[in-house]
Amino acid sequence: MHVPDGFIDAPLSAVAGVVAAGAVAVSLRGARRELDERTAPLAGLVAAFVFAVQMLNFPVAAGTSGHLLGGALAAILVGPYTGVLCISVVLLMQGILFADGGLTALGVNITVMGLVTTVVAYVLFRGLTAVLPRTRRSATVAAFVAALVSVPAAAATFTLIYAVGGTTDIPIGKVLTAMVGVHVLIGIGEAVITALTVGAVIAVRPDLVHAARGLAAPLKLRVDGVLVDAPAAAPAPAAARRAGPSTRNVWATGLVAAFVLAGFVSFYASASPDGLEKVAADKGFDAEVEEHAAAGSPLADYGVEDVGDPRLSGGLAGVIGVGATVAVGSGVFWAVRRRRQDEPAEAVLTGSR
Amino acid sequence: MGAGHAHKLYRHAHSPVHDLPPHCKLAAVFGFVLVVVSTPREAVWAFALYAVLIAAVAAAARIPAGFLLKRLVIEVPFVAFAVLMPFVVPGEQTEILGVSVSVPGLWGAWNVLAKGTLGVAASVVLASTTELRSLLLGLQRLRLPPLLVQIASFMIRYGDVIAGEMRRMSIARRSRGFEARGVRQWGVLAKSAGALFIRSYERGERVHLAMVSRGYTGTMPVIDEVTASRAQWAYAGALPLLALAICLLGWTL
Repeated sequence: MHVPDGFIDAPLSAVAGVVAAGAVAVSLRGARRELDERTAPLAGLVAAFVFAVQMLNFPVAAGTSGHLLGGALAAILVGPYTGVLCISVVLLMQGILFADGGLTALGVNITVMGLVTTVVAYVLFRGLTAVLPRTRRSATVAAFVAALVSVPAAAATFTLIYAVGGTTDIPIGKVLTAMVGVHVLIGIGEAVITALTVGAVIAVRPDLVHAARGLAAPLKLRVDGVLVDAPAAAPAPAAARRAGPSTRNVWATGLVAAFVLAGFVSFYASASPDGLEKVAADKGFDAEVEEHAAAGSPLADYGVEDVGDPRLSGGLAGVIGVGATVAVGSGVFWAVRRRRQDEPAEAVLTGSR
Repeated sequence: MGAGHAHKLYRHAHSPVHDLPPHCKLAAVFGFVLVVVSTPREAVWAFALYAVLIAAVAAAARIPAGFLLKRLVIEVPFVAFAVLMPFVVPGEQTEILGVSVSVPGLWGAWNVLAKGTLGVAASVVLASTTELRSLLLGLQRLRLPPLLVQIASFMIRYGDVIAGEMRRMSIARRSRGFEARGVRQWGVLAKSAGALFIRSYERGERVHLAMVSRGYTGTMPVIDEVTASRAQWAYAGALPLLALAICLLGWTL
């Protein structure tokens, strides 16, 4: 489902391009932290694998066959950062070499197929393996669910993008039903294949499955006929933390871009109701919609109360919204990092492989 | 590996378009597609002019029309989607050949078809006149992160190797009497995919060790720096600038 040129309008393609570039930049950083200078050959070979495995045909019934999309598989096997990188590189090369997916739609394609599938699949897989008992079977089940959800999630994201920046006003309800309906079917196939493949890799090289590294059974030694835990290997010296300034640059650039987009661009953005609201108004089913609980808040309907000029008010609301999101997001991130620093040893052990 | 890493989409020839530096061509194609996408769809004549522009470039690059048309087939799935549009989009209805279709739907279908086809045609011209190696160099010149370019070059370089492994596994399966008929055979195929992943990953580790033993420290030396003269930039810029002129005319007329 590579999106061609002309499907999504130019401004939203640009926004999606910025999102995709940000995701790739973050992934480059993350992958380098995970793989060091092994990043280029390993990510390159995994990208080649994704490219090849997309050519592997799985017969469904007489005559028809499907193939793997690979987003969920890459996320589970090599981790979210390297996964996003590999899928993005595959999409880039498909766009430039095979004309598969438009060049201006590259941002949309990477956001939908690279970012959403990978992140959704990885988060689900990690969440499920944390809840389920630590066995190989539960890893397979988690891979199944992760892949099953990731494909319709990508379809829903595409529908969202289409609702905002689609070039034709197809009723969004119809698009959503069609897209998600078809992609649930595709997702089932993807889920079966992904689960079987992850199971096959775990059976042979469990250490290679990035998202299931915690699942390896601890080494036991038989001493005098009794199984005892092997002494833990001496923890490797913690990898030196990378210097801060460059990360800070990325953060600052992203923040400024977000503020500019929210404040300045929304200043010029069209004030016409979005597609969904329009459909609702056309079909008349918005009459019963209750006022949103936050409708009385000072930021309701993306405008600041008591500011007369609607454009200025919209821009202000955007800036305030970005500020609030950044504050909440950094708070959560900070809290999570604090917790992670409290449980030290395991990450170092698995990272030293 | 060998065989000069020429991909099958590349048509070897000597033409003014082949000789342009890759980053000029990439920038020109990207600018052209951007302009095409932002043209109003009501300016039908503008798209005809764009098609003439692309045809002129293809002629200058000595790409046969049949080759170009054959490569446009990649679009077919979205053509099917576009064909559906006039029937599902609500709005003013009109009669074509006795069938009632919607006017906004027709415009939408035309929009997707015209812009998508022009985009694919531009990419095809780029891919058939530029070698892989120089394409990657061009991306690097256009300030794509070097690590990303390295990953892409490894993917391109080993894509055929991994695909070859997959083919050999398939031959091995079939020579043992395996035949994939339906869902029941998925287990075997998925095991092959798993084995393929392990082989790819281990090959990546070996490649890395081989590189380290030859002095690799995380960056690749750039041996063949490509540069573009002002004349070459002007030559490559002709395509997007002409397109931009057409686009501006389309907006004003």
